[in-house]
Amino acid sequence: MKKFLVLCSVVISVLVVLLNGCKSTKSEPVEILGAGATFPAPLYNKMFDEYYNLTKNKVNYQAIGSGGGIKQYKEKTVDFGGTDAYLSDKEIADILAVGDSVLHVPTCIGAVVVAFNLPGITKIKLSPEAVSGIFLGTITKWDDALIVADNKDVTLPAMDIKLVTRSDSSGTTFVFTDYLAQVSKEWSEKFGADKSINWPAKGVLSGKGNPGVAGLITQMPGSLGYIELSYATQNGISYAALKNKSGNFIEPTLGSASKAAAGSIPADTRISLVDSDVSDAYSIASFTWLIFNKELNYGGRTEHQAKEIVKMLQWVITDGQQYNEALDYAKIPEATVVTAKEILKQVTYNGKTLSK
Amino acid sequence: MVKHFLNKLRKGSADTIKEGKGDIISFSLKKDRILDYIFNKILLLSALCIVLFVVGMLITLIAASSESIKQFGLKFFVTNIWDYKNNIYGSLAFMTGTLATSFIALLISLPFSFSISILLGVYLREGFLSNFIKVTTELLAGIPSVIYGFWGFFFMGPIMRSVAVFFGVEGSSGYGIITSSIILAIMIIPYTASIGREVIELVPGNLVEGAYSLGATRFEVVTKIVVPFAFSGIFAGVILSLGRALGETMAVTMLIGNTNDIPKGLFSTGNTIASVIANEFNEASGVKMASLIELGFVLMAITLVVNFIGKYIIKKMSME
Repeated sequence: MKKFLVLCSVVISVLVVLLNGCKSTKSEPVEILGAGATFPAPLYNKMFDEYYNLTKNKVNYQAIGSGGGIKQYKEKTVDFGGTDAYLSDKEIADILAVGDSVLHVPTCIGAVVVAFNLPGITKIKLSPEAVSGIFLGTITKWDDALIVADNKDVTLPAMDIKLVTRSDSSGTTFVFTDYLAQVSKEWSEKFGADKSINWPAKGVLSGKGNPGVAGLITQMPGSLGYIELSYATQNGISYAALKNKSGNFIEPTLGSASKAAAGSIPADTRISLVDSDVSDAYSIASFTWLIFNKELNYGGRTEHQAKEIVKMLQWVITDGQQYNEALDYAKIPEATVVTAKEILKQVTYNGKTLSK
Repeated sequence: MVKHFLNKLRKGSADTIKEGKGDIISFSLKKDRILDYIFNKILLLSALCIVLFVVGMLITLIAASSESIKQFGLKFFVTNIWDYKNNIYGSLAFMTGTLATSFIALLISLPFSFSISILLGVYLREGFLSNFIKVTTELLAGIPSVIYGFWGFFFMGPIMRSVAVFFGVEGSSGYGIITSSIILAIMIIPYTASIGREVIELVPGNLVEGAYSLGATRFEVVTKIVVPFAFSGIFAGVILSLGRALGETMAVTMLIGNTNDIPKGLFSTGNTIASVIANEFNEASGVKMASLIELGFVLMAITLVVNFIGKYIIKKMSME
């Protein structure tokens, strides 16, 4: 019995020494906290799950909405925020005023489609004038001349267009109205781009979230609304090909959405991708970003933690991109990855650059 | 203070035992008194906690909405504006939407819940069918509201679209005030019905038997004895269910169409206070957030007022 106890204690002490040894050679896993946009949340969850398997670093992302993400970033309660709309010049100036500096890196590209429900019709083409006219309330019938002009091969019914919009304030609405403001002077003057809009058209119906809008569209013949591409493809909802800036009618796909970022991207990646110049790009696409502080020595972060945060961000824009398309998010183009890598080089800890 | 009291009691009992005057019974009586005292205080404390909770909630709601109270003042309650671009907010559209759906729902539910409570309370007091109806009604209360919303969305919507066409209403989507009200009505029936049934069962048997012995028919017993006697209780059930209808969020959000405007008819779309809060708070900040919180305060106030009016009516009725 005594022998057994001695053996046990020897084994345990050897194990303890071994485990300690492991600990000292391998870097300690860190926990990284993020919060923000709901639109890319499924992708982030997948990415961070894979990242945990790779590195044992736990990244906790809370999908509380873009506004919430920006707020939490500003209050420094998170390591990074997620947002569907980049920070405005004023917001950036406000952050500079308190002595901080914010950086954006894009993680994926989302496309918003103009979805519709017309019995027997699965494909229509819409010009920017038609889309803005419909949402301004000047086009109310499906057989309006402006719609018919682009759809000679389809017999459009003399039905009322039942508009469906988002009832909750959302990045999807922002991207869509950003497009409307780009293509219609009247829209940009009256409403601009916003997460919530006082829709001017009559009898507008609103659903909560992408599923709510998608549900209303499938329920009502004659309806038209805007939803994320993935919701349309997953629910078998028809959507329109849009005439882009170059005059080509482009079907929304992950490829054509990704093309929207093929043009010139500014060094800070803060750019709206709607109404892109690229000839085969889909018109209503948008980056979604992760935002974080340039200087990471705040809130008691150690240099090790700061390094791990940068490593994680680097992984998201490079190896992490392999998970985008399986989850219906468009990849960011190679050129943008290069730009984003440059941005990550600016991150500092105590003024010292973290990545080479 | 409690300690002091306990010490006094303990000392007292020890003294009595020492002097040989006390016995086991008086000791256990005193022990009971201590327990009773503690129990009493615990009850009082929990009751006070609830009061504190409600008052605290009202205070925080007012404090957090100070920005919009300052900016819009009383206008908030009388204007039908919900303007995101210029950050001007008024609650009239949502107040009308909330009251309209709730009261229409109440009107629709009353005949059903009233019939069920009289049927189960007078005509079918026991037996398989009685139990079956009772359980089914109570089951309605246990269904989560999102399921009602879902069902309404996929089944009621298309039906209401045809109904609208039948009544000659053009361009109705099938969603709106009337669709939400019907679903709300189904949701509140179990509350009114089960309280009504219990109150009716409480009507003294000798009153009912007396009426029968005087040659009254069942119908006469119901209309002249049971219903007048149980009225205040039934009405209390109605008020309770109205409270539920006022605050219902999910099912209404899915069915009302979420149009921030005063509804113009039964088939028109609208929005309610609870629904607009649920829809917009996640991305709100500044004045908009303050306005949403003020809306929450308005909803609480409406519920309180409805409850007070209800209590007043009950008091008036039971005095007669």
